[in-house]
Amino acid sequence: MARTVAAFKVDYFQFLGQDGKLLDEQHVPAVARDFDRLTDLYRLMTLTRAFDKKAIALQRTGKLGTYASSLGHEAAHCSIGAAMHEEDCFAPMYREYGAQFYRGVKMSEVLLYWGGDERGNDFSSPRHDFAWCVPIATQCLHAAGAAMAYKLKNEARVAVSVVGDGGSSKGDFLEAINAASAWKLPLVLVIINNQWAISVPRSKQNTAATLAQKGIAGGLPSIQVDGNDVIACLWAMEKAVSAARAGKGAFVIEMLTYRLSDHTTADDARRYRPQEEVDEAADKEPLKRLRRYLIDQGTWDDQREQDLVSECTQFVQQAADEYIDMVQNDPQPVTAMFDYMYQELPHDLVEQRAYAEQFPEDGGHH
Amino acid sequence: MAKITLIEGVTMALARAMEEDASVVVLGEDVGVNGGVFRATAGLQQKFGDERVIDTPLAEVMIAGVSVGMATQGLKPVAEAQFCGFTMPMIDHLMCHAGRMRNRTRGRLSCPMVLRFPTGGGIHAPEHHSESPEALFAHMPGIRVVMPSSPSRAYGLLLAAIRDPDPVIYMEPKRIYRWQREEVEDDGEELPLDVCFTLRDGEDVTLVTWGAMVKETLQAADQLEQKGISAEVIDVATLSPIDMDTIIESVERTGRCVIVQEAPKHCGVAGEIAANLADAGIWSLQAPVKRVCGYDTVMPLYRNEMKYMPSVKRILHAVNQVLEVS
Repeated sequence: MARTVAAFKVDYFQFLGQDGKLLDEQHVPAVARDFDRLTDLYRLMTLTRAFDKKAIALQRTGKLGTYASSLGHEAAHCSIGAAMHEEDCFAPMYREYGAQFYRGVKMSEVLLYWGGDERGNDFSSPRHDFAWCVPIATQCLHAAGAAMAYKLKNEARVAVSVVGDGGSSKGDFLEAINAASAWKLPLVLVIINNQWAISVPRSKQNTAATLAQKGIAGGLPSIQVDGNDVIACLWAMEKAVSAARAGKGAFVIEMLTYRLSDHTTADDARRYRPQEEVDEAADKEPLKRLRRYLIDQGTWDDQREQDLVSECTQFVQQAADEYIDMVQNDPQPVTAMFDYMYQELPHDLVEQRAYAEQFPEDGGHH
Repeated sequence: MAKITLIEGVTMALARAMEEDASVVVLGEDVGVNGGVFRATAGLQQKFGDERVIDTPLAEVMIAGVSVGMATQGLKPVAEAQFCGFTMPMIDHLMCHAGRMRNRTRGRLSCPMVLRFPTGGGIHAPEHHSESPEALFAHMPGIRVVMPSSPSRAYGLLLAAIRDPDPVIYMEPKRIYRWQREEVEDDGEELPLDVCFTLRDGEDVTLVTWGAMVKETLQAADQLEQKGISAEVIDVATLSPIDMDTIIESVERTGRCVIVQEAPKHCGVAGEIAANLADAGIWSLQAPVKRVCGYDTVMPLYRNEMKYMPSVKRILHAVNQVLEVS
């Protein structure tokens, strides 16, 4: 005889339709009526997109290294930043610029990092956030460790980490869920499911109906939201962050969105996915629907849009100028690679550093 | 003053470090209630509570990754891996994060963590419990690697490792966990993380080793003495960075050097020491440098493990080879 010993469900949340209309006027979270906040988010999302375009242009003209675009992820990313407090800790993957800009990371710092200069990781603020994390899912465990530190030190701080649909297949993500469950950590894990892990589609990662259910398997409350609906993203993030801060443990949010760009500037997505799929996803992108919503609510108009666009163009240009100026006029010397290896350089590295100083020129050509 | 074993030196240092610094936390599999499978953390949870001596879920990657995260946010985690073979999945977090945290953030974040674990063979353990992977860790930039070989060095080096502002791999030669007893005062005195220890002075040949091989190397030196050959014995103790000055100074006096390591020969720490001697000590050498190592094989299961390990006989064989050269 069999009996059910546990049963689970995954709820999906969406409030703002693709057409910019609320799906159900009667049932919306308070944030849907907080137009100052939504306007701020819209501004940041627009800036993030302008930054993205500039960064790609810099890469295409040989002024920036490989760059990972955030095109299409703006609602997901910006809502993460908006829901966090300054003292909270963000452990990004590597394309969540919107969240980082909200938290104070400078656009010129992002450019420095992708421009091959470690100083890009030396965020002017927030000083305690993790730097970009290229190995795909290790950041989830660093965030769990940060959350453990806050819990043990009795600090009301929350750690937030981001992983992709591809990264959710990795052990680090699953082990972070497990640890967060075992220790009831103040941790929010966000799966930004953009459907593509470079060329591998979501359907090839596994046959699970959702990725959120991996959190449930580990014992964490887990939901799925429309990652292109900033109202749903922000509502979910705030709910999760405040629960974590209140000592109620960790939370998993799967945000469904779409990677409208190539994986990075070194990739060509035309090789593996049809343009029709991209076009269809582009119709669902997050800025368009938020703009429509704000215009309908009378808090946005063409003049404001024009002003914002020119403001963003100016900010982004300033950031690019700052970046170019720094790498051209204040490049890191050969000794920079030795600096900060240890708090105090061991004797063998002191010797290597002195040796390297005799050969300050490049060892070859790119 | 009590006479203690090497593993008791580990426990004493952990307790001392936890007493003097509230940010030190111990975590690992079975480290709490059980006090560790070798008893290295015995009594610590009772003394410091389960928030500072943490039994983790069984997940080595998690232990490493969470330690990195904790270390960046103001704690000093001392993580235990139960056996050397189980450190392999942790390498991602050590190589890709712990060792580069300070450098890649230009000092904004640092990673003052310790990963300690029993290493080496010779205790009839199952598979994956007996390897000597120190070269893997010593090859990682930004990470210090330490291996004590006596109770007092276990105590002093672990205190230094925990207090160090950067990540330290602390490898415990488990075959000699309870080999010798020594009077060790719990005085909080640390030992330097970049200095060799000369265990025995000699004039005819320098024997360089570390970890459990110190035992056979000292025995070999005893036997040589009976034949009128005076061997200097150096315990390297800190495998990254290596104190080559002490080794070269010794070889300048003896003119001959044999390096003994339990780990496989190829690309091992012994090779690094030999290369440094070839570079900076060549004019003092009167004979080729010989290495006595584990074989470049899979660590055999326990019925054959002592055949794998460098023996006193193999050490003496190499010493005879370098002494024959005139």
